Amino acid sequence: MIWRKLVNWIMFALTGLCALATVSVLFFILGYLLWYGSRSLSWSFLTHLPTPAGEAGGGMANAILGTGKLLLLTTLMGVPAGFLAGVYLSEFGRGSFPAVVRYTADLLNGVPSIVIGIFAYAIVVKPMRHFSALAGAVALSIMVIPITMRTTEQFLRAVPQTLREGALALGASQWKTVASVVIPAGFRGVLTGTILGVARVAGETAPLLFTSFSNQYWSSGWNQPTASLPVMIFNYAISPYDDWHRQAWAAGLVLLALMLTANVAARLVLSPKVNQNA
Amino acid sequence: MTIDPVRGASRPRSFLGRLLAGDQVARAITATFAGGILLLTGLLVFELFQSSALTRDKFGWAFLFTRIWDPVAGQFGALPFLYGTLATSALALAMAVPLGLGAAIFLAELAPPRISDALTFVIELLAAVPSVIYGLLGVFVLVPIMRALGAPYGVGVLTAAVVLAVMILPFIVSISREALLSVPREQREAALALGATRWESTWQVVVPFARLGIVGSVFLALARALGETMAVTMVIGNDPRIHASILAPGYSIAAVIANEFTEATSDLHLSGLIELGLVLFFLTVLLNGVARLLILSTTRRGTQHP
Amino acid sequence: MPDKLRVSHLNFHYGDNHVLHDVSLAIPPRQVTALIGPSGCGKSTFLRTLNRMHETVRNAHAVGELLLDGEDMLAMDVVSLRRRVGMVFQKSNPFPKSIFDNVAYGLRVNGWRRHHSLAESVERSLRRAALWDEVKDQLHDSAYALSGGQQQRLCIARALAVDPEVLLLDEPCSALDPIATAKIEELMFTLKDTCTLLIVTHNMQQAARVAEHTGFFLLGKLIEFDRTEVIFKRPARRETEDYITGRFG
Repeated sequence: MIWRKLVNWIMFALTGLCALATVSVLFFILGYLLWYGSRSLSWSFLTHLPTPAGEAGGGMANAILGTGKLLLLTTLMGVPAGFLAGVYLSEFGRGSFPAVVRYTADLLNGVPSIVIGIFAYAIVVKPMRHFSALAGAVALSIMVIPITMRTTEQFLRAVPQTLREGALALGASQWKTVASVVIPAGFRGVLTGTILGVARVAGETAPLLFTSFSNQYWSSGWNQPTASLPVMIFNYAISPYDDWHRQAWAAGLVLLALMLTANVAARLVLSPKVNQNA
Repeated sequence: MTIDPVRGASRPRSFLGRLLAGDQVARAITATFAGGILLLTGLLVFELFQSSALTRDKFGWAFLFTRIWDPVAGQFGALPFLYGTLATSALALAMAVPLGLGAAIFLAELAPPRISDALTFVIELLAAVPSVIYGLLGVFVLVPIMRALGAPYGVGVLTAAVVLAVMILPFIVSISREALLSVPREQREAALALGATRWESTWQVVVPFARLGIVGSVFLALARALGETMAVTMVIGNDPRIHASILAPGYSIAAVIANEFTEATSDLHLSGLIELGLVLFFLTVLLNGVARLLILSTTRRGTQHP
Repeated sequence: MPDKLRVSHLNFHYGDNHVLHDVSLAIPPRQVTALIGPSGCGKSTFLRTLNRMHETVRNAHAVGELLLDGEDMLAMDVVSLRRRVGMVFQKSNPFPKSIFDNVAYGLRVNGWRRHHSLAESVERSLRRAALWDEVKDQLHDSAYALSGGQQQRLCIARALAVDPEVLLLDEPCSALDPIATAKIEELMFTLKDTCTLLIVTHNMQQAARVAEHTGFFLLGKLIEFDRTEVIFKRPARRETEDYITGRFG
């Protein structure tokens, strides 16, 4: 009997250690990035263009802007598409078509991001014959569409049927009900999910490697190769130069700070009233 | 005093037409975007096939079993990358599953609800950390450690597996925890009422009841591990050969695509890389499909028992 | 006095489930009519066919003659029907908007013309629902800030804003405390001057308090329909008497 009780305490202690270990990984990551990254973070890092290896004073201003451009374009292209598809699934869907769409979106969601990059390369870069921010944004949009669709459907479905009935009983048509009652009611959840989705693709590197590629200088418009934070981190980290390594840490810190802020803000600020669960 | 002159007899036909048209238009527009997803996915598969035609025609199924990857000589085989991908993922699972399951059990069975929620929140944040940042830490922190522990190069299959293990941990913890939480109270209570200790009821009753969901989480984690690109690329060593030792460098499908795509020396080379992408696509689709079935069946179960 | 609503031989199915059997009744204008009966007897289903809310559910079929002032309700445009026949639901369902926007919703959505002041209409509706004095200083606050009873009166105001000829109330007080219930019952006395009211209720005493006519439903059939005092004091059918005296239900 005592033996069984001992086993009980030991096993639960072990599981507690597992949980502790898992949680501490995050703190390790944060710790390292803060330590190494903040030492290399400087005003010139944020505002200067990259310099040849060995030259001091280089920065990643173009990469920061490039990531911003990519995300803007992605949001403009992918979010409305995913949103409208989600509205369809939640409000208008009939028959087996919605199920097929849902399944396909899940499939698309699970495709490794590098394969999405290959696809974007084939349909944008090859015809255009050069790398571009547009191609990168197309790749990221393809990733953002299923996420946005899923989250829109989930939160619109959660709006109680009785609200729809209230509007219909007042003589509103279906689309008016959706636009003026259902969507506003589910808006918070949809916004949270969308922010999380865009944040997720913001950190993706693989699909950008051969779509938006990279750039030593500022890129104007959408048609040129564009530097981005994740790609710069990759390129600098595997390079042999110490200065570039330091910059990689700084960039990593900036990127992680952005990601975590978006995630924490979206979950804590926007969702206390929303029950979040995929 | 009425406020709306339209009160009274039924509205004329034209308004009815306009009203219905509004609904029809809305349905048509949203359905088009929904259908667009089908188109997009179909196009993706099509392009993958199309662009890998050169190597598929040249090597056929032998592509999957050839060990040689030599762009200069025009010889392409997927085996080293399949090995690298599967070996790193399998090792990662071997490390992450016990750790993740242990954490999930703690969070679902032992921790008070608010602590459980708070810790889960933190663990789920790990999933939000970009792959390239794991790679960064892998290169500058883990590789020196591995070298100190005895790996000659520091980089290699084992190193990549460790990084992968950390990356898939949040998925295993999160989904297994959900599966454990969905086990009905009556199951636990029945075991306890028979005199089992808490651990015994957890391990012998609750975990088996949730096994489908747990296995599902493993498949999902595996699918993610297979497709992981950046972190693996940075620490695996980029050696397209199969070595006996896991401390030796290797190469994964995603890593070779990432490294060689922009520098492909010939159309055949590019085709070979894209064919690798096709292989990866099928592997992940299959695993994700199985995972979804498993996870779906546990959340649906609730009161039944298979 | 011609009937406001006349139902003849209404049969209703959910898929293969025959829920309402050959229901016929005539609702007099500008009075309160109550429908009583045990749970699941079809009275709510019946109510929902009168503004064709059943059409939001797949596999729901209503067959029969439904006339509003002599016009065929099943043939007319459903949107104008719903403007003339309003509904208040069992659990109050205000929109996540301000009090003002809730009441104005029906007006805005029905293409209401701008030369009448929207604010005037909102105030009038809130007064008719006996809610104006309580909310006049907080019209732009969220509707969810109100108590349960107030929210239900808000829903009544919202339904009244489009000036319906008939108001259907589906157990409007079942989620409310006795004081809130009394307020709504009081309301019904003033509303029936301009509006025909049809209320489904679980509470026989409520039916006795507010309604001139009462119909008793059992297992999808209308067993008896007559003046309220007849139903409660000298019911013609044995089933009615059994229900009234509490032998079942």
